[in-house]
Amino acid sequence: MRPACMYLTGAAAPRSAARDIDAPLVNALHGIQSALNPQSPQASAIAELAWLLIGGAAAIFAVVMVLAALAVWRHPRWLGSRNAIVIGGIAVPMLVLSGLLVHSVTRMGGLTDRGDASLRVEVVGKQWWWRVRYLTASGATDFETANELRVPAGSSVEVALASDDVLHSFWVPNLAGKLDLVPGRVNRLRFTATNTGTWRGQCAEYCGGPHALMAFHVIALPVADFERWAERQRAPAATPPPPAFTAHCAVCHTLRGTPAGGDRGPDLTHVGGRIALAAGILPNNRQAIATWITSSQHVKPGNLMPSFRTLPAVAVAELAAYLEGLE
Amino acid sequence: MSDERALPLPNPGPRPAGEVEELRRIWAAPKGLRFLTVINNNYIGVLYVGAAFLFFVLAGILALMMRTQLAVAENDLVGPTLYNRLFTMHGTVMMFLFAVPVVEAMGVLLLPNMLGARDLPFPRLSAYAFWAYFIGGTVFFASLFVGWAPAGGWFMNPPLTTEYFSPGFNEDFWLLGIGFIEISAIAGAIEIIVGVLRTRAPGMTLARMPLFAWAMLVFAVMIILAFPAVILATALLELERAFHWPFFTAEAGGDPLLWQHLFWFFGHPEVYVIFLPAAGMVSMIVPTMAGQPLAAQRLVILALVATAFLSFGLWVHHMFATGIPGISLAFFEAASMAVAIPSGIQVFAWIATFARGRVRLAVPTLFVLGFLFIFVLGGLTGVMVAAIPFDWQAHDTYFVVAHLHYVLIGGMVFPLFAAFYYWMPYTSRFPLSERVGRWVFGLLFAGANLTFFPMHVLGLAGMPRRVYTYQSGLGWDAINLASTAGAFVIAAGVLLFLVDVARRFRMSAEDNAGDVWGAGTLEWLPGGNYSNRSIPVVTGRYPLWEQPGLAKDVEEGRYYLPNAPTGTRETILTSPLEATPQVLMRMPVPGWAPQVAAFFTAAFFMLLTVKLVWLAAACGLVAVGALLHWGWSLDPPPLPDAVDIGGGIRLPAYASGPTSQAWWAMAILMLTAASLYACAIFSYLYLWLVAPGTWPDASALPRSSYPVVSAVLLVASSAAFGSANGSLARGATPAPAIAAAIVLALAGFGTEFASHLAVDPRASAYGAVVHLFVLLGGFFVAVAVVLAAFAMARRLAGKLDRVRRVTFDNARIFWHYVVAQSLVGLLLLHGFPRLAAP
Repeated sequence: MRPACMYLTGAAAPRSAARDIDAPLVNALHGIQSALNPQSPQASAIAELAWLLIGGAAAIFAVVMVLAALAVWRHPRWLGSRNAIVIGGIAVPMLVLSGLLVHSVTRMGGLTDRGDASLRVEVVGKQWWWRVRYLTASGATDFETANELRVPAGSSVEVALASDDVLHSFWVPNLAGKLDLVPGRVNRLRFTATNTGTWRGQCAEYCGGPHALMAFHVIALPVADFERWAERQRAPAATPPPPAFTAHCAVCHTLRGTPAGGDRGPDLTHVGGRIALAAGILPNNRQAIATWITSSQHVKPGNLMPSFRTLPAVAVAELAAYLEGLE
Repeated sequence: MSDERALPLPNPGPRPAGEVEELRRIWAAPKGLRFLTVINNNYIGVLYVGAAFLFFVLAGILALMMRTQLAVAENDLVGPTLYNRLFTMHGTVMMFLFAVPVVEAMGVLLLPNMLGARDLPFPRLSAYAFWAYFIGGTVFFASLFVGWAPAGGWFMNPPLTTEYFSPGFNEDFWLLGIGFIEISAIAGAIEIIVGVLRTRAPGMTLARMPLFAWAMLVFAVMIILAFPAVILATALLELERAFHWPFFTAEAGGDPLLWQHLFWFFGHPEVYVIFLPAAGMVSMIVPTMAGQPLAAQRLVILALVATAFLSFGLWVHHMFATGIPGISLAFFEAASMAVAIPSGIQVFAWIATFARGRVRLAVPTLFVLGFLFIFVLGGLTGVMVAAIPFDWQAHDTYFVVAHLHYVLIGGMVFPLFAAFYYWMPYTSRFPLSERVGRWVFGLLFAGANLTFFPMHVLGLAGMPRRVYTYQSGLGWDAINLASTAGAFVIAAGVLLFLVDVARRFRMSAEDNAGDVWGAGTLEWLPGGNYSNRSIPVVTGRYPLWEQPGLAKDVEEGRYYLPNAPTGTRETILTSPLEATPQVLMRMPVPGWAPQVAAFFTAAFFMLLTVKLVWLAAACGLVAVGALLHWGWSLDPPPLPDAVDIGGGIRLPAYASGPTSQAWWAMAILMLTAASLYACAIFSYLYLWLVAPGTWPDASALPRSSYPVVSAVLLVASSAAFGSANGSLARGATPAPAIAAAIVLALAGFGTEFASHLAVDPRASAYGAVVHLFVLLGGFFVAVAVVLAAFAMARRLAGKLDRVRRVTFDNARIFWHYVVAQSLVGLLLLHGFPRLAAP
């Protein structure tokens, strides 16, 4: 096991329900990263289609296998006829597939509808984290955060997906199907979280190195809580950073309201208020922050932040305490 | 179907003694170290299958390493760097070094005997393709051991694979290694097309041709049309990596999705390229095991052709999640679903054949039944992922990993094992053990389902593919552990199979175990390296069932060509549709040229990969030298008299023009070139569509006098070659006219080259794609010039005249093709921007 053990956030109600149940299928049906546990109209529409497909495929599979077994062991005459081939191989598949085509294309139309969204967020995929910008009505940046989307439950959210390095894919299976982040393009994804809760997402298009460790969370909040959170996010950092931050961190990280304005890594202005660190990999507490600073290459091999091994323990402790306090 | 008529035998009388010994001597494999020069299909086929199976085992070991890493959550046995290389190599080796080569190899091994030919029409080309593949593949695999293995995934999506994000040689190994192995696949495909269309036994019309030959014909045509797309794609990416031509860089007007279009235009047909030959094998095994002709043979053939056709229209279903607008996606969804129908036809035809007969449950039958189970399931999940909204969830998850393994293991590996058990007695002194075979089947069937079925659940439960580790608590742990256990069950099955092969397989064409199944097709005739003693007349689809005494008559030389009248290796060229004998084709004997050429071609590409440019160039020169040496021995002198093959048929022993096998090979090569060029045109238009802003206005284009001059020079060069043809036909020397054609073509190309000098290929995608066309134009002109110069040299050496003229004819048709292609290029580069300018 890794010393800095990976972790899963504890905020989700559906997950705690699933935790006590061992059967994998049941877990899949209740997971916080599962397409079979839909938590939005968009994901529900796909999940219904999925069950229809699973049921249909199982039925067809059973029929074909029974026919094959009959052919080998019972040799019924009708099964050897040309008509059997034409009916089983052409007529029935054509009927079934035509129906399915119409059904799924209609369903796709419903999923790509473009009404007005009540919240617009831009997500930029980076090797191996997510830059998240909340946008104002005019499209300007309202505030920036990372690896976490908080959304008001019951409201429609549009996520504008972009990348300035390689391909990524934005996937929160409980809320929507995946959509790629393609350099040079902006793709738009729409979902409405039905309930409050915490859902996990993960990059689904291989992006090199620690692609496996590029996760994020979507937290659906009651509208009032969301507004309070957004208000807090707009504020600058509460206190000035310790000298070690300016010396070592500011070149890559921004703390709004301070001279630290680096752009290569996540904006840390309110890092203490996030539920996870390192793109959904570590819990967010003082110990984990210290571990991440000193051994980020061990926790997430190949990521673009160096391990600050030689930083004095006092400075690390001071940094960790400071960052934890940035709520 | 069989029109049973008592045909008179072509050579009814007793044959003179010593003919069989003569055939044996002529077709004997070289001994000792010279065995490496062997070219006969029986040997090359076995070596080829063996090498491909070796890569199957190696890639399987990589899979075991991955499954071990994923057995438990948060495992740190394998880190991301190695894991990323493992899955890249596993996919790449399985697809490019195992799946395609092994079916091509089965074609090399089986086709000549199945068609009643003595060998494939270009045995040295098979040898070249095999050795190039084997050497290149081995070096490619070895890149793992020195840390140079690629890590871009088997479809190598840029920008991750561009130099900026993946510096070092690793991705170059993929690009040059695989691009090169594709060339070997194309060489094999040309061989197979000409073999199937031109070397069938007399009377074997297309309708009587065995299903496997039909499948291989469709397979080879698909390779010809699809593989150039990936060759072009790898060339573009290598140009971007090495010289910074921004085809895939968005800031300069390129687009990463261009790669995905080109790759999947190849990549999806590739799946059917793998499946169709396997389906063809099943269509051979099922009738034998049921003791009945295949039901609805014509429908099954139609299904093969329809699959090929449709498979070119559904590449975008790999790109449903890239944000392409819904309306165009719906078209590809429809095509993706439609392709299920031809597979349905075949499945029901096999079921119907079983229903008509008494089924023998031998090991090949078990594997066929296992194939039906796994493949039908994989096909059904294929329909599921074709439903676009569902794909948005399933894409790039373990659901897709499950689906593709069901399709490939079901659709290809199980039929292949069925084929190994079925055809082992054809190529070995002993068949494989039925008792051990049942265990092998049981382990593979249980293992495959245990490994891959749970992955369906895993994917829908949120696990993406290509992750080197995962967190506990997401409901994935137990499923992963089960899957890993399954992988080791598969490994046990493969190991058991290898043990049985080691015990039982003793290669022999002469003393093979023979027709142990009571099959109906020609490959089960007794024979030797020369295939059959005499070449039978075929009157139906299952000659051994329908023509009593056929084996004995063939063996005693009562059919065509019971001997070797020209004293060397030979086979009968027949007409493509009706298979009437046309020419007695003399065939080459072993020599070192193909092997030397293969070794140095491989060395050229591999040294280029590690940027040892001068050494690579030296190897390239040796390779070209060996190829020219080989080419020099082509087109042997015509024989004055026609040769008697029996039955009153006398065949010329020399042919040129459309009757000759060389003309056919060149025509197919031109089709390959046209497909490559079409992909380049697609790239040009696509890049324009994505970023029309990087295209210059009419005023910034080269003056229109450039393309006009270039076109006039090129057309004049074609006319000059035409006049060379006239001279040759009159018996005069064509050399001066050829020389004029060369000068004119070089001047024409030079004009075009000069017209684009002001454009920087590194500045924009426009510049890059313009220079791509210049590069392609230069390459084709260079090849045409080499062929033309070669023909001139043949004339000077006295090896080219009005009768003996195959090298000239090949140069000539290629020349006209290159000129036509260049004119299209001029129209595109100079006409299109003027047309499209606002």
